[in-house]
Amino acid sequence: MNKIALNFVDWLVIAIYFVFIIGIGFYLKKFTKSEEDFFLAGRKNSSWVAGLAFLSANMGALELMGMTGNTYKYGMFVAHFYWIGAIPAMLFLAIYMMPFYYSGRIKSVPGYLKLRFDEKTRVLNAISFAVMTLLVAGINLYAMALILHTFLGWHWGISMWASALTIAVYVTMSGLMSAIFTEIVQFFLIWFGLFLVVVLGIVDIGSIHEIFARIPDSFQSLWATAGDPTQNGMMVTWGGIVMGLGFVLSFGYWTTDFLVVQRAFSAKDLRSARMTPVIASFFKMALPFIVVLGGLVALVLAKDPSTGFHLLRDGNSINYDSALPLLLKRYYPNGLLGLGVTALLAGFMAGQAGNISAFNTVWTYDIYQSVINKNASKKHLLWMGRAATLVGIVISVGTAYWAKSMPTIMDYMQAIFSWVNAPLFATMLLGMFVTWITPSAAFWGLLAGMGSSFLMFFGVRFEWIAKSAITFSDVASAMAANFWRAWWAWLICFVITVVVSFFTRKKPEKDLVGLVKGMTEEVDQTDVPLTKRPSFYAIISLIILIVLNILYW
Amino acid sequence: MANLDEQNVNEETGEMEEEAKMRPIWFFVGLVLLAMGLVIVLNGIYYLFNPSANDAVLSELHPDLWWGGIMFISGAIFLWTTRNATV
Repeated sequence: MNKIALNFVDWLVIAIYFVFIIGIGFYLKKFTKSEEDFFLAGRKNSSWVAGLAFLSANMGALELMGMTGNTYKYGMFVAHFYWIGAIPAMLFLAIYMMPFYYSGRIKSVPGYLKLRFDEKTRVLNAISFAVMTLLVAGINLYAMALILHTFLGWHWGISMWASALTIAVYVTMSGLMSAIFTEIVQFFLIWFGLFLVVVLGIVDIGSIHEIFARIPDSFQSLWATAGDPTQNGMMVTWGGIVMGLGFVLSFGYWTTDFLVVQRAFSAKDLRSARMTPVIASFFKMALPFIVVLGGLVALVLAKDPSTGFHLLRDGNSINYDSALPLLLKRYYPNGLLGLGVTALLAGFMAGQAGNISAFNTVWTYDIYQSVINKNASKKHLLWMGRAATLVGIVISVGTAYWAKSMPTIMDYMQAIFSWVNAPLFATMLLGMFVTWITPSAAFWGLLAGMGSSFLMFFGVRFEWIAKSAITFSDVASAMAANFWRAWWAWLICFVITVVVSFFTRKKPEKDLVGLVKGMTEEVDQTDVPLTKRPSFYAIISLIILIVLNILYW
Repeated sequence: MANLDEQNVNEETGEMEEEAKMRPIWFFVGLVLLAMGLVIVLNGIYYLFNPSANDAVLSELHPDLWWGGIMFISGAIFLWTTRNATV
């Protein structure tokens, strides 16, 4: 393909972004005086700041491009990732889990495991999270460089190092505070930079109704074809969607992944922390109006030879990720093109900064202070957080070089969330809502859940076990297998944790106060006006979710 | 004069010093939208008078002019409403 050609004006827009985020790092450094400022942004953010950052930490450019491409491939089914695959979990976190997280004044998710269970469960989760985060950061860095090389012709090494060094500068100076600031800027740049391309696509084709009229029937619905996996592009049944994606993967990610939950911890009070995922849920539900509609626009254009629009090909296979960049190239004149590229760059970099700021917190509190230097002073921890940021970036760059030399590891990464997060959700759920779950049971359950997911992945990949034994279907896609594997890993962790609890020593009840339902004072909302209650907005969010699912049934 | 809540004791000198107040994130959002919107609008004006330089599909709708304008106005609103705000 012809590369997307940028001119001086596009470069000027990109330069404004880089100058701006480095400037933010310098500006915020003078406000970063304590380790709480660095790791938790001073715990003074409003619910809007924390909420938009909560969403943006998940809204990476790879996800936006990947999901637009997936819509081209699977149709409306992709909206499940944004609706049933996100909203119930975000609202559950806000209403039921946040009081236990926030009231304990913990600094990380592994920190909760330490208080609720013991040190070994905390360290197991901290190490697995740290490894996962750095691997994801490195692979994303490589993927970013590859995409910039493919579509813009940029030298992959230079674009990788330039973005890694920029992130190193601003995260080292002010930690989570600068990560949150840049995530919010990214939120606005993504909407301003990418939503217009969908608007122009709709104008070009005629209307949204016309788009739906020109795509296959199996691509138009969310649930109507979910009873038979041969009738939908994703080759998945409603069971896989509801239990795998909607329950285990979604709840595992949104309620336990420290990368996103850390943003809620930075809120100024419990009400703001509870409002954080609720506010994010409204914007999460709106994202299909960029990615799903964008993918459908690309599909309609590609089916019409007169448009001259077709996706990139890598040999015999279609490069679905090229849908969004090619739409930018089609509709954006220079200037706007710079804005679109900046939106993607901001998505990449804010995602990286989020990974690194989550890593430096878990490393410093849950591995370094917990295992290596228990008596570290607050000043030393602040220094360690900055050092961990730099080391984390160096390791992620190393991982990126590894990915370049061995591209097959990209396939493994797609499954990593079901290795770590799915069983962790079972541990968290039992830990927060059942008082008799024991520390040893939590550890062995988590280890068994993670191990079983790992074995299932490699078992299917190397054909030791049939995929149908996991998915109950002979035609399941890799994505369907991912949903089902997450479900089994969750179930194994859940069952083993419950069974082992019968035979091992419980924690004294006095140690569970504030950490488990039944041992914690309920949040009293009787004196709070209805419009100030997080549960009120959570119900509105849930109603919108139901309406959207019925509309596109 | 700053009140006591806005003062800290300098650990090295033991003297009271005024704490710097941080501008809210919305101020910076306004700044970046204003700057980028301005560049895009100015480029849109150039294309208005030199349409042959713009080969994008639907360029006749001049999306850079009105979209850049929306960015610029949004940025100005963010800046104006937070011009004196601190957190």
